Amino acid sequence: MSVTESLRREPPETVAEPHFRPNHRRRALMDPLFRWLCFGATGVSVVFLGTVIGAVLLRVLLPAGEDPARTVSPLTRITEAGQLLSRLVTSKTGLEASESGYRVGLTGSAWLLFFVVLIAVPVGVGAAVYLEEYCGKSRWKSFVQMNIANLAGVPSIVYGLLGLALFQRGLGFGALALGPCLLAGALTLSLLILPVIVIATQESLRAVPKSLRLAALALGATRWQMIRDHLLPAAAPGILTGSILGVSRAIGETAPLLMVGAAASLLKVPQGPFDRYTALPVEIYYNAKEPAEAYSTVAAGGILILLCMLLSMNFVAIWIRQRSSRRHGAAASAMKRGA
Amino acid sequence: MSGSATDPWKRPGRFLRWQEWFVHAMLACFAGISILTTVGILAVLGTETVRFFRTGEVTPLDFLTGTAMRPEADPPRYGVLPLVWGTLVVTIGSSLIALPIGLAAAIYLSEYASFRTRSILKPTLELLAGVPTIVYGYLALLLVTPVLRYLMDLVGVKVDTYNAASAAIVVGIMIIPMVSSLSEDILRAVPQGLREAAYGLGATKYEVSTQVVVPAGLSGIMASFILAFSRAIGETMAVVLAAGQMPQISPNVFTSVQTMTAYIVSVTSGDAPYGSPEHLSLFAVGTVLFLMTLCLNLISGLILRRYREEYS
Repeated sequence: MSVTESLRREPPETVAEPHFRPNHRRRALMDPLFRWLCFGATGVSVVFLGTVIGAVLLRVLLPAGEDPARTVSPLTRITEAGQLLSRLVTSKTGLEASESGYRVGLTGSAWLLFFVVLIAVPVGVGAAVYLEEYCGKSRWKSFVQMNIANLAGVPSIVYGLLGLALFQRGLGFGALALGPCLLAGALTLSLLILPVIVIATQESLRAVPKSLRLAALALGATRWQMIRDHLLPAAAPGILTGSILGVSRAIGETAPLLMVGAAASLLKVPQGPFDRYTALPVEIYYNAKEPAEAYSTVAAGGILILLCMLLSMNFVAIWIRQRSSRRHGAAASAMKRGA
Repeated sequence: MSGSATDPWKRPGRFLRWQEWFVHAMLACFAGISILTTVGILAVLGTETVRFFRTGEVTPLDFLTGTAMRPEADPPRYGVLPLVWGTLVVTIGSSLIALPIGLAAAIYLSEYASFRTRSILKPTLELLAGVPTIVYGYLALLLVTPVLRYLMDLVGVKVDTYNAASAAIVVGIMIIPMVSSLSEDILRAVPQGLREAAYGLGATKYEVSTQVVVPAGLSGIMASFILAFSRAIGETMAVVLAAGQMPQISPNVFTSVQTMTAYIVSVTSGDAPYGSPEHLSLFAVGTVLFLMTLCLNLISGLILRRYREEYS
């Protein structure tokens, strides 16, 4: 059968096969539509961040329970908000909303920050160095690794339960029990953020080229000298980013502290690790829970202070990472150009 | 370090060898702490849960199938189902919000956004992830519930001050950054060759995204969804403030519910003495919570590992 014959035998309709529909109009319509849909979704999530900050700011600028007929210039509003914030920072919890503040909680949070940095960062970085540099590729390593990955997904309140039974109660042994003190809270928070720090440190250690390690070892450095003098400095930006993100998460946590005895209202500023304590988010929680409207403004002020602290910490962390990745990127492209 | 300065070929001195040994041991201990944490969680939850059932207030079966949670009633009733119901209502509601938005944002970031846009949007989303949960709880009380109330008033539905819907909304907002950043990592791992093959056949970007990239990364996307779901289950402060403390099984999402996490907080803030049945019950509820999140995390981890093997 020749080619012409076979063409003649085919009915002309089958040239446009039934499952091939070009449908140019729909395709041309869907493409930008989908693009804007996805862009909108991204925008919405960014708008949420703005809404959070905007709503809180608005509540601080326009305190609840104010006479609606009162009209003042925006400048006065801002000065008043400034006065409110400075009062919140300097005064302790009071019986009246108009004289309540967060001095005790802020001091408590500062202590917690100090101890969490002291405990979680060395332990987390150490554990990561052990896993990456000392462990090899053993079954033990994959076990510890899986364990850490799962710990990262444990809800914070379960850490609170652990802290309650382990640190505050000492598992029933009176001698081990710390009671509801600052150290118990700090230890609980440290355990909570340990996986975050370990995972971040591991990632940045993995990104350090092998040649750096081999060069140091070839010059006769011991393994620890190599790690201390070359590996850790090279991985420092990543470790710093992970640590700051982890610590800022610890400072924003409320639930585990509620379990480990953070006080609802405390008039004595904590002086040391064995004092009773409370933290800024815990005080915010109790103010937000208060049905009286005036407390809503106090809570908003506290949230503003908390957000300023945490967002600036996170901002610094992300900035460090962006900067170091840009530098690495530049180095990599320079090498490529050279090659 | 004796001699190492004069004779570089000498093997490391006693101090260095001792230091090596000491550092190795110490770092191993640090890594061991993570194992001890897991052991601690399992031991604490296990023993306290056993103690709870030993008090004879409730049998394990009644606990798991009971439909009333009233520790203060006489006789007290401990049934975990209302708490599981509350948790699921809030979690599923928040997933309905977060999963589509998060995935769409991930597609935008990975497929559409230019390098410049991405380098601005991604850190912003990460900042959003850094907002503490108490803030979302406050936002629910300050903004979401009043707005919801106003909107539902128009259609004649009554909305309680504390309700599951606004909890679901704020938790949904909260987990969007998590979904989008996890899913984006997954989508970016899809080999470039798949996209190029589809473009070569004349596909549009929409077709490549929805018919090539997303199906290729589907298992990974599922894993990130499960992870976000498990995160929502364990969410505490936003839910405590927004959804209230009413353990009930009700199909109405505009009434108060109590989640497992909220129950734990309410018992802790109450005045039940340590070791009383009511206080021990929070460990039993904690065990249920822990097992639920653990299962989800394990499933998600399993899927992710297989996904990575597929594309490496």
